[in-house]
Amino acid sequence: MQTSTELAYDSKIEGDVVVTRVDAALNWFRKNSLWPMPMGLACCAIELMAAGASRFDISRFGSEVMRFSPRQSDVMIVAGTVTYKMALALRRIYDQMAEPKWVIAMGACASTGGMYRSYAVLQGVDQIVPVDVYVAGCPPRPEALLDALIKLQHKIEKQPVVKELEIASALASRSDQKVGAA
Amino acid sequence: MPALDLALKLKAQFGDLISTPSEFRGEVTVRVTDAERIAEVCAFAKASLDFDFLVDISSVDNYGSDPRWTVVYELYGYGHRCHLRLKADVSEEKSELPTVTTVWRGADWHEREIYDMMGIRFRGHPDLRRILMWEGYPYFPLRKDFPLAGKPTELPDVAFTKPAPLEGGPFVTLPGGKTAVAREPRVRTPE
Repeated sequence: MQTSTELAYDSKIEGDVVVTRVDAALNWFRKNSLWPMPMGLACCAIELMAAGASRFDISRFGSEVMRFSPRQSDVMIVAGTVTYKMALALRRIYDQMAEPKWVIAMGACASTGGMYRSYAVLQGVDQIVPVDVYVAGCPPRPEALLDALIKLQHKIEKQPVVKELEIASALASRSDQKVGAA
Repeated sequence: MPALDLALKLKAQFGDLISTPSEFRGEVTVRVTDAERIAEVCAFAKASLDFDFLVDISSVDNYGSDPRWTVVYELYGYGHRCHLRLKADVSEEKSELPTVTTVWRGADWHEREIYDMMGIRFRGHPDLRRILMWEGYPYFPLRKDFPLAGKPTELPDVAFTKPAPLEGGPFVTLPGGKTAVAREPRVRTPE
């Protein structure tokens, strides 16, 4: 008795045609090539490097291309303690990243300030940038970071891209009309 | 003891300006009674006593007593391999003393750090800006009367700080406790 339906693409039946939704296709492209902006600020960066190296191999999830330019990256991995002085630079780098963009707060310090209850440390990076996934740990194991990445991929899967683009273009044309009227 | 000899030479040159050298566990310390002449003393120590390396400058906040600040200079000579510590007191009203960047250029960042954390100014410093906190931060966070959690600050569009949640802390460790419970870090409010 057959218990599961074959959902994968079958070239014998479908030939050279794949049927899907635009949303699903776009999200599939996006989630499998999340290029990280490695914001390594403390010891979490060591675990981030381990996640990139062969044993844990972040390239299995399409995120091996660490970009040291915010203009080429999709997900900022904030790995470490964010001091108030660094917070300015961090926000600036986030602002320079092109949409769509996501943020992973890696470790206790980036998520909440961690053990640094002090005048010098930002108590959670979510005070200055919108965080998608928080990773517990001090520092988190590379597996935990990979788990966060998979969680982020699941989040991206569900994003209504086309709807968002429609809304964005509607807002843009409305502001164009306002500029034209003025 | 060569370090002691060098300290005595320093005293022979400057007389009453330099206190009698004190030695503790092989470390020689002299006090410079007038902080205004610290650069002069350092210049002599470098030129004539071969203290060619300034290891560190640090500052002490003697909160509640007068004079409030003590600035500590840690000297070393690569030739004779001796350490010498100079201490100079500075009053809170003055909070200023001459720079030693004219003697050792490496003093630049040490003095900037003391200015940033304690608010002691160094006259004649080439670039006395904050080094750890950002430009425009209004407090000096290593002073004893500054809370560990910090104080709220705001610079529009540039930076902000909020007091950190301490959850009843800061947690204080008491050395010499008889049991582990007595020694471990706990909330201890001073009586």
